[in-house]
Amino acid sequence: MNEYRGVWTLAEVREGRVHPVSYELLAWGRDLADALEVPLSAALLGSDIADQANDLIAAGADQVYVVDSPELASFLPDSYTKTLAALVERHKPEIFIASATSTGRTIMPLLYVDAETGLTADCTELTIEKAERLLLQTRPAIGGNVMADIRTPLGRPQMCTVRPRSKRPLPMDRSRTGKVFRENVDKRDLSSAMKLLEFLPEKNVGAPLQDAEVIVSGGKGMKNAKNFALLEELARLLGGSVGASRTAVDLNWAPYSSQVGLSGKSVTPKLYIACGISGAVQHLAGMSASDTVIAINTDPEAPIFRVADLAIVGDVLEVVPALIGRLKS
Amino acid sequence: MRVAVLVKQVPATENVKIDETTGTMIREGVEAELNPLDLHAVEEAVRLKERFEGTEVVVISMGPLGAKKAVKAAIAMGCDRGVLLSDRKFAGSDTLATARTLAAGLVHEGGFDLALSGERATDGETGQVGPAVGRILDMSALTFVSEVESIGADTIVVRRAVEGGHERVEAPLPAMLSVVKEINVPRLCTLGGKIRAKKAEIPVVGADELEIPQEHLGLAGSPTKVVRVSYPQITRKGKKLSAADDLDFALDAIRELLADRGAV
Repeated sequence: MNEYRGVWTLAEVREGRVHPVSYELLAWGRDLADALEVPLSAALLGSDIADQANDLIAAGADQVYVVDSPELASFLPDSYTKTLAALVERHKPEIFIASATSTGRTIMPLLYVDAETGLTADCTELTIEKAERLLLQTRPAIGGNVMADIRTPLGRPQMCTVRPRSKRPLPMDRSRTGKVFRENVDKRDLSSAMKLLEFLPEKNVGAPLQDAEVIVSGGKGMKNAKNFALLEELARLLGGSVGASRTAVDLNWAPYSSQVGLSGKSVTPKLYIACGISGAVQHLAGMSASDTVIAINTDPEAPIFRVADLAIVGDVLEVVPALIGRLKS
Repeated sequence: MRVAVLVKQVPATENVKIDETTGTMIREGVEAELNPLDLHAVEEAVRLKERFEGTEVVVISMGPLGAKKAVKAAIAMGCDRGVLLSDRKFAGSDTLATARTLAAGLVHEGGFDLALSGERATDGETGQVGPAVGRILDMSALTFVSEVESIGADTIVVRRAVEGGHERVEAPLPAMLSVVKEINVPRLCTLGGKIRAKKAEIPVVGADELEIPQEHLGLAGSPTKVVRVSYPQITRKGKKLSAADDLDFALDAIRELLADRGAV
């Protein structure tokens, strides 16, 4: 086990570009690598992406391991798993972390099987226990009702996914220097039996919910699907995205992709505006980690108010249009 | 076609308790239910049975004997039969030990062309077991599946719900799919289904009947260890204003906070 050294992060590439979550992950990795006094590395997989290795160095990496191959042009679970497993086997990092995005939450459960080690999902805090070189992984479970601290005493690397937007990226420092290694991987590991046929983008307002800095979310208090246009307008004014409660999704007022909560998405925006959402435990589980919460609801006792920084008791259909008017003026 | 559905019995989300010394969930005396997201996996399996003649759907769960209830709930929705993997030796399993045990269970039941699970369970919320089972058995692991478009002789085409849209992916069979809620609306059980479930024998399969090394089982086979649990209080002491009393004042407060947070 002592031959395993160093901290690795997975750089995530979407549509040919390193996604900003990768820089947040490097901020996490930097703390861990400094505590362990080892280099911080990023694994960068894709096609025609090698030139972006320097961005990862500017964002905190000491080393970047690049596998640049046309066969890795799109994320396919089998080829990415085999390629990463080959790198892990070759370089033996003691810690390997990825973002808890759809990609991270797909690749890591496959990779840890190959590496025969432990994996902890969706961590919100990571600490190094220096004496034993252990990674203490903290994660919410059961809808955020419980926080669990988890160790991986025997398996290596210690693997986990980290909740996106749980740390700010380091400021880009172009004067940082680091090493870039071009890795060769066996053809068989690079090849995939799967095919990405097509990507169908969503027509939602704003960024994908997990990436959004501002989320304007609607629930039963919105009364009907048409009124969601108000939330779209407010979201547009604030540069945000539209979310929804489970009730609103079940009533077909909003698509499932916008559902926030236990059976939908966990989000951590800077600002979450809950409009006509009462705040069932399941909903709170998906949004209570937001930096700032504004809630508008007619019921002064609504549970959503317990997690709100600003609680407005009133009818959303009155408050939101008036707010839009105010913001426009 | 042979289809397996992997289900988990979870505590009904409102009343979860944790043993603070062992860090494991207290399951005794807590009302349990079939993991709500697994209902969508069961529904999809039953729809495949209706779509492809000669399809057998087997529901497989791992858990204490009480988890027979979850298996029966899946049979009531239309699965053909069910098996429960249950043994003291499975206690304390983390996601890797669970995935290895379930994978051995799938082999024990004769292997499958397709296996389905919910995207994650509402208690552990890891979403790791489904894809891990797929990897262990060398099946195509497809996560966040929102639609099964087509199944051919040896390939499957699915849609995956990812950030910003959907991917259409073609993969070889056998495949392990973890499905999102968007995939379907689970049916209500019919009276006939409930009666069938009530009568159904649920065989219990123990560690000795599975082809799995002892050291892969339970707590000892689990690389991760829960060392501590705590209960965060998610409350903020926010300002409460009434829009009915003074709408302008409330709007000013919102705008001020938005400005303070850099949103306007």
